[in-house]
Amino acid sequence: MAYERKFKIGKPILEVNNISLAFGGVKAITDTSFNVLEHEVRAIIGPNGAGKSSMLNCINGIYKPQQGTVSFRGQVVPNITPNIMAQMGLSRTFQNLALFKRMSVLDNILVGRKLHTKTNFLEVALQLPKVKKEEKLNRERSEEIISFLEIEDIKDTPVGKLPYGLQKKVELGRALATDSSIILLDEPMAGMNVEEKRDMCRFILKVNDELGTTMVLIEHDMGVVMDISDRVVVLDYGKVIGDGTPDEIMANQKVIDAYLGVEH
Amino acid sequence: MKPIFMTYTKKDLINLAVCMVLSVLIIPTFIKTEYWYTSILIPWLCLALATIGQQIVMGYTGQLALGAAGFMAAGAFAMFNLILRVPDLGFVGSLIVSGLIAAAFGILFGLPSLKVRGIYLMVATLASQFFIIWMIDKFGWFKNYDSSGIITAQDIVILGKPFTTPLAMYFVCLAVTTILTLLAMNMARGSTGRNWMAVRDMDIAAESMGVSLLRTKVQAFAISAFYCGVAGALFAFCYLKSLEPVAFDIKLSFKILFMCILGGLGTINGAFIGAAFILLFPVLLNAIGNNVFHGAIDATIISSIEQVIFGLLMIIFMIYEPLGMAKLWENLKQSMKSKLSSSGIKGVKSPVFKK
Repeated sequence: MAYERKFKIGKPILEVNNISLAFGGVKAITDTSFNVLEHEVRAIIGPNGAGKSSMLNCINGIYKPQQGTVSFRGQVVPNITPNIMAQMGLSRTFQNLALFKRMSVLDNILVGRKLHTKTNFLEVALQLPKVKKEEKLNRERSEEIISFLEIEDIKDTPVGKLPYGLQKKVELGRALATDSSIILLDEPMAGMNVEEKRDMCRFILKVNDELGTTMVLIEHDMGVVMDISDRVVVLDYGKVIGDGTPDEIMANQKVIDAYLGVEH
Repeated sequence: MKPIFMTYTKKDLINLAVCMVLSVLIIPTFIKTEYWYTSILIPWLCLALATIGQQIVMGYTGQLALGAAGFMAAGAFAMFNLILRVPDLGFVGSLIVSGLIAAAFGILFGLPSLKVRGIYLMVATLASQFFIIWMIDKFGWFKNYDSSGIITAQDIVILGKPFTTPLAMYFVCLAVTTILTLLAMNMARGSTGRNWMAVRDMDIAAESMGVSLLRTKVQAFAISAFYCGVAGALFAFCYLKSLEPVAFDIKLSFKILFMCILGGLGTINGAFIGAAFILLFPVLLNAIGNNVFHGAIDATIISSIEQVIFGLLMIIFMIYEPLGMAKLWENLKQSMKSKLSSSGIKGVKSPVFKK
């Protein structure tokens, strides 16, 4: 690439080792391993039902895989729950939007500041000075994210009333508010038009570039994936069939077969 | 609307000032009938406080709980025993400790919320209602081995001064309710309330943001039970002036649930509106029965009509305005405002009378 990256791609921050996940008799993921390097944009692609979202849910601790481990910064995380992963610095968005529908955009993003909120309910009830200070800092950071995502004009609107594309932006904002070192994006551009997609790509790259946040994203639009990601892993029927740079993936015969179908 | 004092806007402060002037100055100067204090204002404040408790767990945290009256009973009997056995605590101290005792029950009966949700949780929380009442009935110690079944509540004495007149009791209830309402508002608008609502709206996402479901749910149950406990103590000492477990039966729990839903889930002012409506509506029906029909309608029929109308209203609100009366009030204010401002603009731009 022509330009110099502020955050050079470093060591593996997240490693998935031999994960297998089955729902009853249905195998969603079979013995899958790959890694994510610090500061990179990593895409997970694959046909429908390939186990991409299940993979993210395993990394994040929503699903408990029957086999395999997830390592964060070289350490195996023993008892993965979404909460523990959040505390370690991993945030995410969801495929089918998991926003707090009755809360405003600002409040949604403020929930993302939860781990930077140390005051307890009693202190909040009494509005002690340190609560005000903390709330002010959190609000400032949230406003920063809101203006970064260019959604200032809707910040007091309940998110349930917003169109889909904007909701996706808010969800990215909420993930950003956690100041996590790695963010998992589950189909951040699904259902968006070309313009919205371009915006979203810009935000993802900008975050990665300016904050050095590692991005892991699931996406169906091949053009987008090949454009913005550093490395791509391809899943099909719960197995890794390709792993490498976009150019390598495009030349990979197995990947081409999986996407275009092959005569047997 | 820029917040001046934390999350409070200028409008909020004006509202608070208006409420305070109304309740501290205007009501005591103009209302002299004891009936209003003993039968309407005092129970209204107590039940509104309990409804705030119900709001915290149900409206804000989204946990369907049905056992507010059980926690109220716990608070009331804790208060009785504390004043009886630990007189040094004083009235205010006993009130706080009885709230905490109710909160302990809240934690205990809130634990099922980690595993079950929705209507199943409602059934599980009913256990609190029946267990607490059963416990008080079963063990004579709680009632100081009183054989009559109804115990007279002790007189309220704060700092050596007795508060026995209806007006004085009204002020006690008002002070406690005001303080606890402000604290509830602070929590609801601050980070605590955001965690509650995050759990209510999408628990998986909340957890992924680092909100602990265990802590948040149990915390909500504990705070809710604290409010119900304090409300129960005030209800027994200022309104009933007696203690009997039957007063805190499941009907009262349902009443508080209705107040919560009709008032508007997830609003603090809805608690007051809902409580006022449910308390005043029967009074209004009785007045209509007596004055319009001159007693031609039997009192039992009136109370049946009351149930029918409540049921209908619940259905109507659930379908058309799930956010309840607080939302209706908000909409009314909005439309008034826009009418005023639009008529103002018209007046400037075009002649007032067009032919």
